[in-house]
Order: sequence, then structure tokens, then C-alpha cells
Amino acid sequence: MNMQAMLKTMLLGAVLVCATQAFAEHVQSLRGDSSLIQDTAPPEVKYYEKDGQPIDRDYLQQPPLIPHKIDQYRITIKFNQCLGCHSWQNYKTRNATKISQTHFESRDGMVLANVSARRYFCTQCHVPQTGATPLVENTFQPVEVMRH
Amino acid sequence: MSKSIVKKLGLACLAVGVVLGIILWGGFNWSMELTNNEQFCISCHEMKDNVYQEYKTTIHYSNRSGVRATCPDCHVPKEWIHKVVRKIQATNELYHKAMGTIDTREKFEAHRLELAKHVWTVMKETDSRECRNCHKFDYMDYTAQGRRAIQQHTEGFDQGKTCIDCHKGIAHELPDMYKVDPSAVLLKH
Repeated sequence: MNMQAMLKTMLLGAVLVCATQAFAEHVQSLRGDSSLIQDTAPPEVKYYEKDGQPIDRDYLQQPPLIPHKIDQYRITIKFNQCLGCHSWQNYKTRNATKISQTHFESRDGMVLANVSARRYFCTQCHVPQTGATPLVENTFQPVEVMRH
Repeated sequence: MSKSIVKKLGLACLAVGVVLGIILWGGFNWSMELTNNEQFCISCHEMKDNVYQEYKTTIHYSNRSGVRATCPDCHVPKEWIHKVVRKIQATNELYHKAMGTIDTREKFEAHRLELAKHVWTVMKETDSRECRNCHKFDYMDYTAQGRRAIQQHTEGFDQGKTCIDCHKGIAHELPDMYKVDPSAVLLKH
């Protein structure tokens, strides 16, 4: 490598380093831009909303939101505590909403005798709510026809 | 024998009786209470490795105010007669401890439904007496409860239901519930 090429490479390197540093100053992870060895203030605890009326859907085929706390509820292979109230057998005595008929279909569209394994883990789609503000600003508007 | 000697003897007997009474009766109750705390309960691994670990994730172990319900609060009656009856029944548990009936996780899981049913049956029979040592229906403030709780509690009490009818598996994992409620279990397995 001749002298000129080496100088060029060093210059390019210096520019790149400066650019990366300048860029890094603007990038923030969710934990902020504090260094790893520094203690940061713990984030505010989010509280789930207390029992309420069923929440309107915002778009067609939205999985209904959970209008109550679920923090002690467990879903295991031996028992699904959500279904303890929301199954077709239990919903009437528990005054709960029953799970949709679509939950009894296998992936080939076969109708099963009980809730399908692909719909068993409720919290994959259905989530409880907290009063959190959106992380990213957006202009989403709920579908008009879904509103009461 | 003069009257005064009889009187003295009588007094001495009474004194000895009182002292013996305190020692024996007090000692009996004291030693029974020794077996009536969480540390004693989890001194056997069957309790410590299974039900105790599950209980540690629940509200009766840890909660906002730090008031706890430990093993005997739910599983041993407070009233003396019921407590002694339960303690005598517990000798059966000593037998199974010696036989190693549930000394592995697999054995425990295999017996879990049967064990849980024993507790549910007893709680149903006693109208959930141990729950009601703390949770008294008459003093519940429905306005402080959630929407579902108000509805379920008022209806349930009217129908003469008791705590355990709905609140199963609140302090420990539930057994395989297929035989109890197949609509809330993935598959028969």
C-alpha cells in the first residue's frame, strides 16, 4: 500500500467514526441513552384496568380486548382458567362472553369437538388493557361501522 | 388426722394439679402449635418442592399489604376440636410419607387430582370455614369489588354456594382438570 492510499483509508475511517458517533447520539433504545453501568430510574408500573364493560372493537376481525385483570390467571395444558368462564359449557353460569365458533376449527377447517390447540392460548391474541399512552404517535381511526 | 393437715394436703394437691395442668395442657398445645406453622409444613420435601413453590406465586404469599395466609391458615381449622381432629387425620399423611407415596414429582402429579378433591370436598362440607376465618361474606363491600365479582358473589351467595365452588386452584396449581371440566382443557391426555 502506498502512502496516498493509506492516508485516504485513514481519512475515510476518521469520517466514518465521526459519523457513527453523531448518529449514535440520536439513537435511543427503549431504556433511554444512559450508559449500561449507570442505574436508571425504574419505569412506572402499569396497572391493568379494573373490570369494565366489554370494549368495542376498532376494526373487523379484531380479537376482542379483555376488559378485566388477568394477572393471576394461568393457561396450562392441564387447565385454561380463561375457559373456566368463557367456554361454551361455563359462560352462562359465569355471565361471561363465550368464545367464538372459529375457535373450534382445526387449521384444515375441520370442526372439532372442543377448542382447537391453535386457539387454546388466549393471550396470544386477546390482551388486557392499561391506561398507557401509545409508544409511537399515529393517526389511526377506528372503523365507523364498528362503533355503537 | 387433724383438719388442718387435710386442708394442707388438699391445697398441696390443688397446687400440684394446677402446675401439672399448666405444664401438660400448655405443653400439649405448645407442641401442637409447633407443628402448625409454615416452616414445619415445608420441612418435608413433598410440600416444599411442589405445593409451596406454586403457592409462592400467589396473592396469599405476596401482596400489596404484606398480610399473608400461610399453610395452616387455610389447611388447619382454628377451633380447637376441629384442629385436633385434623391433626389426628394428618397421621395418615405420616404413613404415606413413610411409604413414599408422593416422593417424586411424577408420583405427586399422578395423585394431584385425588389430593385436590379431598381438599375441595372438605371445604365444601365445612362451607369453606378456613377461608371465612378472614373472608367474611357479611362484611364484603360490593362497591369496592369489580363488576364480575359483584355479580358472581351476589348470585352465588343467593344460591348457597361457598368459596371453593368457584375459587379452586387459587394457591396451588390445578390438577389435570379434564375429568372435572373438559370444556376448559386442551385435549384428553
